[in-house]
This record gives sequence, C-alpha cells and structure tokens, in this order.
Amino acid sequence: MSTFSTTALPLNTPPKTMGKLPRVDGPLKVTGAAMYSSDYNLPGMLYAVPVCATVPSGKITALDASVAEKMPGVKAVYSHGNIGNLYRAAPPSGFIGILDEQRPPLEDEVVRYYGQYVAVVVAQTFEQATAAADKVKVTYSKTDHNVSDKLKTDEKPKVDFHRGDPDAAFASAAVKIDETYATPTETHNPIELHASVASWDGQGFTVYETTQAVMNHRNVMSQMLGVPEENIRVISRFLGSGFGGKLWPWPHTFLAASASRNLGRPVKLVVARSTMFESVGHRPRTQQRFRLGANADGKLVALIHDSLNHTSILDDYSEGCSEATPYSYSTPNLRATSAIVRRNVGTPTSMRGPGAVPGLFAMESAMDELAIRLKMDPIKLRLMNEPEKDEGLNLPFSSRHFVECLNTGAEKFGWAKRTPGVGSMKKDGLTIGWGVAGCSWIAERTEAQAAVDLMQTGMVRVSTATQDIGTGTYTALSQMASTKLGIPHDRIEVVLGDTRLPAGPISGGSWATASLVPAVMEAIEKAKGTLFAVAGSAKGTQFDGAKPDALAFTDGRVHLKDKSPDTGVPFEEILNKANIRVASGQGSSKGTFGDPNKKFSTHSFGAQFAEVTWQPETARLRVSRVVTVIDGGHIINPKPAQNQIEGAVVMGVGMAIFEETHYDPKFGLPLNNNLADYMVTTNADSPAIDVTFLDYPDKVLNELGARGVGEIGLAGIAAAITNAVYHATGVRVRELPVRIEDLLGPKMDVA
Amino acid sequence: MELFKFTKATGIPQAVQMAAMSKTAQQGADVRFIAGGTTLLDLMKLNVEVPTQLVDINGLALDKVERLPDGRLRIGALVRNSDLAHSAEVQKDYAVLSQALLSGASAQLRNMATTGGNLLQRTRCMYFRNDALPCNKREPGTGCPAIEGDNRTLAIFGTSSDCIATNPSDMNIALVALEATVQVQGPKGEREVPIGEFHLLPGKTPHRENVLEPGDLVTSVTLPAAKAGAKQTYLKLRDRASYEFALASTAIVVELHGGKISYVRVALGGVGTKPWRSHEAEHALMGKAADAKNFRAAAEAALHGAKPQSENGFKVELAKRCIVHALTVATQQA
Repeated sequence: MSTFSTTALPLNTPPKTMGKLPRVDGPLKVTGAAMYSSDYNLPGMLYAVPVCATVPSGKITALDASVAEKMPGVKAVYSHGNIGNLYRAAPPSGFIGILDEQRPPLEDEVVRYYGQYVAVVVAQTFEQATAAADKVKVTYSKTDHNVSDKLKTDEKPKVDFHRGDPDAAFASAAVKIDETYATPTETHNPIELHASVASWDGQGFTVYETTQAVMNHRNVMSQMLGVPEENIRVISRFLGSGFGGKLWPWPHTFLAASASRNLGRPVKLVVARSTMFESVGHRPRTQQRFRLGANADGKLVALIHDSLNHTSILDDYSEGCSEATPYSYSTPNLRATSAIVRRNVGTPTSMRGPGAVPGLFAMESAMDELAIRLKMDPIKLRLMNEPEKDEGLNLPFSSRHFVECLNTGAEKFGWAKRTPGVGSMKKDGLTIGWGVAGCSWIAERTEAQAAVDLMQTGMVRVSTATQDIGTGTYTALSQMASTKLGIPHDRIEVVLGDTRLPAGPISGGSWATASLVPAVMEAIEKAKGTLFAVAGSAKGTQFDGAKPDALAFTDGRVHLKDKSPDTGVPFEEILNKANIRVASGQGSSKGTFGDPNKKFSTHSFGAQFAEVTWQPETARLRVSRVVTVIDGGHIINPKPAQNQIEGAVVMGVGMAIFEETHYDPKFGLPLNNNLADYMVTTNADSPAIDVTFLDYPDKVLNELGARGVGEIGLAGIAAAITNAVYHATGVRVRELPVRIEDLLGPKMDVA
Repeated sequence: MELFKFTKATGIPQAVQMAAMSKTAQQGADVRFIAGGTTLLDLMKLNVEVPTQLVDINGLALDKVERLPDGRLRIGALVRNSDLAHSAEVQKDYAVLSQALLSGASAQLRNMATTGGNLLQRTRCMYFRNDALPCNKREPGTGCPAIEGDNRTLAIFGTSSDCIATNPSDMNIALVALEATVQVQGPKGEREVPIGEFHLLPGKTPHRENVLEPGDLVTSVTLPAAKAGAKQTYLKLRDRASYEFALASTAIVVELHGGKISYVRVALGGVGTKPWRSHEAEHALMGKAADAKNFRAAAEAALHGAKPQSENGFKVELAKRCIVHALTVATQQA
C-alpha cells in the first residue's frame, strides 16, 4: 500500500512546496477581504428583486404594476413585453454555450413552475425593491399541475449501456435482487446565495457573477443578450461554493443584465434563499429499479439498471444515473436505461457527482442486499466481481485500485471485528451498524488554457479564466508552478475568475485541476523558453550566444545545462538587465471528452465505510464514524483534498438521513424552502471522518498524475450509511432520506 | 415587510398603554412588543406579522432571576434563554428547564431569545409561515391546507378541523411540568395565569393562541418552590442532533417514596397544539412502581386520545417511547 507521503512524490522535478500548503487565499477569506460577487457595489447601482409566480402551472392574465411603480425609489418594473430582447442560446459546443433552463426569463406569459420569474422590480435600494415587488399584483388562470414524486413513464427509455443478454441471464440466475431505490429532490444550499451585479457601459457588460464557469457564462450571455462576446466581461473571484448549482447561467443573470442595459446603471440582483429552491436548479428525484443476478457463489451474471428522473416541463434534464453502472463490476450481461418524467418544477441541474451519486446509492444498496442474500461478506462480494478492465468501454483502466481501497478501508475501520447479524454489535449501550459501499467518479480533462509570466520583480504570475469554487484552485495552481519552477509559493501570484484571462476550464466534474496541469506545464516551459531567448541575447554575460537548449532553469535560476545551478543567475536579474518586464508563456491542453481514440478508461475510485449508532428505545439514529479511502490519482495538496472529502462525507450524511425538497402536491411549491425546514447536516450530526488517499498518480491523465477529488467523496456514502442502518436495525431503506418513522418498526425491548 | 414605527419603552405602564391601542394581542396585532425578536422579525420579513408599531421592551428591568422569600423562583420576562439555562438556581432546582432550553434553537438564538418571547413562540407550520398559502391561524377563514398536506411535524393532540399547528417551544414543556405561573401586567392591572391556562386550543379560533389581550405584557414567569428529592429530565427526539424542533419531547418531574411514584408531572412537546400536559400518564403512574411495565402503561394512557394526521402517525409510537425513556432516565437518577 502506498499511503500519502510528501517525500516520495512521483515527479521528475524535486518537490519544493508540494504537500500540505495552507490555502493561499485563506487570509483573505478569514479577514473578510475576499470579494464575493454580491460584495461589489458600483457607483449608481440599483437593486433588482424578482416577482415569482405563486402558481405552478397557468397563464398570467393580468399583471398590475401600477402601485409598485409609484412606490419610493422604484425605477422600473419589467415583465413580459418590456424587458427587451432576450434570445435563446444555440445548442452548446463542448463546454461552451450551456444552460439548463433554456427559456429566457419573461419570454412568454406561461407559468410552468412555482417560483418562475414573472416580473422584476428595480429600485434605489434593496428594501424599496423588495417592498415594491410585494405590491406587483399578478393574476393567473391556473392549469393542472403535477409535482408528484411517484415517477413513471410510458415512453421508451433510452438504452445507455448494453452488453450480452441481461434478461435471459437474470431470468436464469441462481440468486436475484430486484428492488427499486429512490432519491429525493435535493436542493444545493451553498452558503453564498446566487448573485449578479451587472453593469452596461453602452456597448457591453461587466458582470460579477456567482458562476463556476466564467467562459461559458460569457458565451451564454452573449447569445441571449445579443452582445458580442468581446464586449462582455464576467468576473468570479471567489465563490462561496456552488456544488454544481452555479455551473450554468440561471434566469436571474439575464434579468440583472437587461435591467442594467435598459436603465443605463449597474444592477445588483441577489437570489433569495427561498428562490434558490425554485429557479437555480436542484438534483432531481430519481427512481431506479436495480436487478442483480448472481450464481450461487456470488459471481454476477446479470445487472439491469433502469432509472427515471424528473425534469421540468420545457427542459430535458437527464440525471445520468447509470454513469458508474457499466464499469464498476464484472458481469457479461448488462443493461442500463434511463428516461425522464416531466413535472411542474424548476429545471434540474448537476449536483455534486450528478448521476453517479444517486446511481451508486442504488447499485451499492443492491450489492449489499445481494451479499446478505448470499450470506457473504459485502467486501468479499465486491472483490469477487472486480473487473480486469472497463467492460463497458472494453478498455484497460488507466489506474484502478478499488480492491486496495476496500482492503485498506477494512483495515482502518476494523471491519474484521464485524459480526453480520442484524443488531448484533453493541457499543456504550447503543446498537451499532457497519456498512460499506464502493464509489467511483469520472476522471477527465476539459480544454484549458493558461498563461505564466516570469516577472522582472521576481514574481511569477499564473493566470487562467477558471475560478476557485472554494476547493483550493488558487492553492493548487500556486503549487504546480512552485513545484515546476522551484520557486516558493509566496513569490507566485495566481489570478483567476475573469474572462479576460486565457480561457480556463469549468469548475465542475472535479476536472479543473487535472485539466489545468498540462496547460500550466506548457505555459511554464514556454515562459522558460522566452527567458532563455532573453538570456542568450544578453551581451557580455555567461549566457551570451547560448542556444536555449543549452540553458536550464533550476530553483529560479538560469544556468548552463552543463554547469551546476549555483553558477546560474536569478531570472529576475536577467530580465532586469535586459529591461524586459516579463517573460511570458501560454499553454493549452485538449480535453479528453469524447476522444474516439481513447486507450484507457479513466476514473477515480474509493471505498466508504460507515458506522451508525442506534438506540432502539427511542429510534434515535446517528452516523458516528466514516472511514473513506480514495484512489484519486496523485494528490497535489492533501490539506484541501482532505477537506473536500470531509465536506463530501458531511453532505453524504445529509443525503442519507436529512435532505429532501418537499413539493406540496396541492400548491406545487417547494414547501421547505429555507435552512430550518430543509435539513442539512449540522456539526452535531457530523461523524468522525478518517480520510486516506492512496496517491497513485494517473499519468494517462496528465504529467502530475492528478485527477480531482471534488465529487468522489459524496459517491457511495449514502449507501454505506443505509447498509449500516440495515445492519443495526434490520430495516432496509430504499427511499432516501432515512427517517425516524422508517425505524420505528423494530419493537422496543420492554422487560 | 411593511413600514412600522419603532418606540423604545420607558416603563411598564407606558409600554402597556401603547400596546393597549392594538386591536388584538393575537395574530395580526398592529402593536407588538419586541424583545429578542427571534420569532417576530422572522415573521415580519415573511409578511406573516405586519405590525405598524413596535414597542421595544428591552430597556425594561425585567431581566432578573430572583428567589422569592417563599422559595419560588421568579424569572423576568426579558431573561435570555441562555442566561436562564445557565443560571445556578435553575441548574440546581429546575434541571428540566435548563435541559429544555439548551435543547432548543442554536446558541446564537438562545443568546437573543427571552423567556417571555419563548412563551409566545409561534408555530413552525410551513403553511402558517408562507403568506402565499391559506392558513386559518394567519388569515382566519382561509382553510387549513396542512390537514391534507405536509403535516409530518404537526400536532396529534388538541387539533381542530381548523388548525393542527404544533406549539414548537421546548421551554414551555418544562414550564408545564414545573407548573409555572405567568405574571401579566395589563391595562387593568396585574394578574397571574397558570401555565396550563395560558395557551389556548385552536378550536374555531386558531389565530388566538393565548389569553393575552391588548396591552397585556408578560412580566415574569414564576416557578413553585423546588421539591427536595424531585427527579427531573427533558428528552427531545428530533430528526437531527441540533437546531431542530422536537418530533416528540417529554418533560418529567417525579418523586419516589419507597420505590413507588408519589408525585409526577408529565408534559409532552412536539405533539400538541399547545404545550401538552398528560394527566392520563400522571394518573397511570401515581402510586406505581417505577418499572418499564408501568411506564409503558402510562405512555399508552398518554397517547390514548391522540389523533394523528396523514403523515404523522409515527408520532404516536415515538411519543410513547419518548415518555418511557424519559421516565426511565428520570427515575434512574441518583
């Protein structure tokens, strides 16, 4: 086993500041100096507050803004007809041009979900806009709506994956599991509210936006507002997280921009927490029928995964529950299908680990049920079905250490002491339950560009139009440059979150880090090349006339390759002497998505172990302990990486036992639209978490072998918990979240 | 939120006089006292409460916890929940109250919330808190969608066909078990209301939640002299471990003599439209041995009259277990 060690990094360049570097942006954040989008206040700025539909389905028959328009400070009330032109975006190309809610706000007078924007009030102050928005009187003719959480479809589902003859193999399997699992609508609840501060200058926009993808945001704004891309600047310096909810633009950004253009003044629109349950996406409800067929000793012979998810009336959002289905386990016969079911809800979107996270809840629950049926240890069942290659793609894995994840986790967790009987384990007067689940997540790269500037001041500037969602992108880029150049990180400045910078990747899919490695490495090489050219043309120095390939760069010094670095000259001295302010290099890397010539299947893997405590007398359930082992490639900085996994585990506790957006069937609204009624994990609910990284570099993906760990920590955790719940209580919960009423079945022990 | 006037009270008579101008002291009052504001400000932002006049009573000298000569404990209406929970007198003699307070809300909220405010804490029913939806408590006569809607957290005791909203307070449950009295200063003078009579059942008038009339100011809550040897406990069962209202809770004050229960008070939270005292459980326990069989019988008796709604049937069994476990914990104390 290879545990993480900062002294054994698999790099050609000796490490300098790799390892546990604290966040470089930490001091800015803890002192409040970091500027988040809604922190920007521009001269002459106005405030926009939307008016939201109070019916889930219908048509606006009258909209009376006459009272609101006369209220103090009100500058305008926009609704269908007077907001100005808003176009639809053309189909996306790669990761540019994406938005989930296709309809521009106020495009027509039809309401298709509760909370849909029907008007927006712009006023001098936030309070004035809020008060006036309350006084816009909207009359609707209601039409029938459906927000039911019972999903079914008559449409033929899409076949996502198919191999062998799964129906026949399942029919004749010695042991079968055939169960339906459901995950509820979950709402992203980053602490930072969505916000747009838009400023029109007569020709274009500057927009401070809570976005995980500034480049995409600029493109979509350009298309929908009808302004050339070069006239739009999107800025996202810091994000109070997003969890996928801030990947693609939402309607509020077009309201803010349109209002700014109409009024010729900057406009701030901050989306209310309650509105975040309506019109900025959510993880849709899923219902998944999962069938496993195995022979008597546990070898899988068939796997059939049929999933449904709800979507909005106008948009086709597929959760993609079968993401991890085709490659996780070895089986000759497999089919995964998916279909969408329309509901009067806002358009769903990606939430941390889209597809795989709900999909793995179903698969890893079914695997546990199969192990119990076979009277087999659930780890052993997984080991028995370990594939030698990705059987979906028929390609070798670039780097898969799932077996080691399970074995290492078992050792750390103390799995050998587990007794399989329901309720058979006790600790401190409580029943405990232990559960395990596997997890995986896509490891890919997206297109990325970056620039590296070696500055006359001795500083190094790394820039790219990606953004730091809060995971540590500033820190990781600082470390990449620091390691490659041998320059301490306090001499490295990282600039992100601005569309004026070289086009960077989205902060999504856990891909930003992996995508940026090749681009930054190339930019560094090119910057060094520029520097060498400067050095070689410096008359009267030791480098005079030296060809660039005769020069080397070590620890910030340029020297002749055949001489020791001590003989070299600091790069800033060379630039100073030449009176050159900066030696720059640009780097770019291609994405790996949809590459038809892929030679490897690239994924991260992991194993989740959960302990629950259970007090049968009161039905009190708590998650007490989680051990997670992650095979996520080379970990550039274990500090924020561990933080990512811990945060994901805490979120996984929420997914397993708390979170659910509840739509009222009669009124059609998400009723629990606040942080008191929509339960997320509190500190008191958070378990002790033990994170281990295996740290096998995945050199297929990039030079450093780094993948990304933003999402994998959430995958599998809900199943590990429900598997533990079964072990403790004998109750199999197939519909999340586990609630106290699910656990009142076991009779109380009254002597 | 609507515009309102804000006046700092200079004394109790002036505060009472200002509030006496209100048409009602119940839902929709045009004049409201404001203390910690942890309920009222929330509801004003949601347009559930739209007072035109706020009277800030924080400057009034109602913030003392005092032992009276006869041994009773008088708690000023402005004593903050956190101060009350950590008061030495309360921790020593009224542990159930301290436990109840500390199980509620968050540290920040407890630092602001007051005794009088907690007594008047409003329901967390999601239909009540959303002014786009009907609610008989908020707008009499509009209907109660919770009855056929999301009622998982709502009441199984004291409901009517007009309202099933739960009283969410933890403190109130302890006050019921301790048989507190509420001191009220009104336009006609001072009066005392036993805690059991302070809150009203919803009946046909769910917008009326307590006996307060315009001008009435809760000045203090008084606890009877401590019973030497009484064992107390508060048990709260809820979805998550913190910052969460009770699905079921139980406050117990119990005395044992010769192994038999000689005195017991049982109050239930999270299940009633008002803080719920279970005389049935008390009756079933009096004179009985403190054992699991008798506890279960008391729990059965307590829940006999429960009327569950479509989604909260589980509360019947949960409340029973809560009673049994609370009695077990209380009686096993040294």
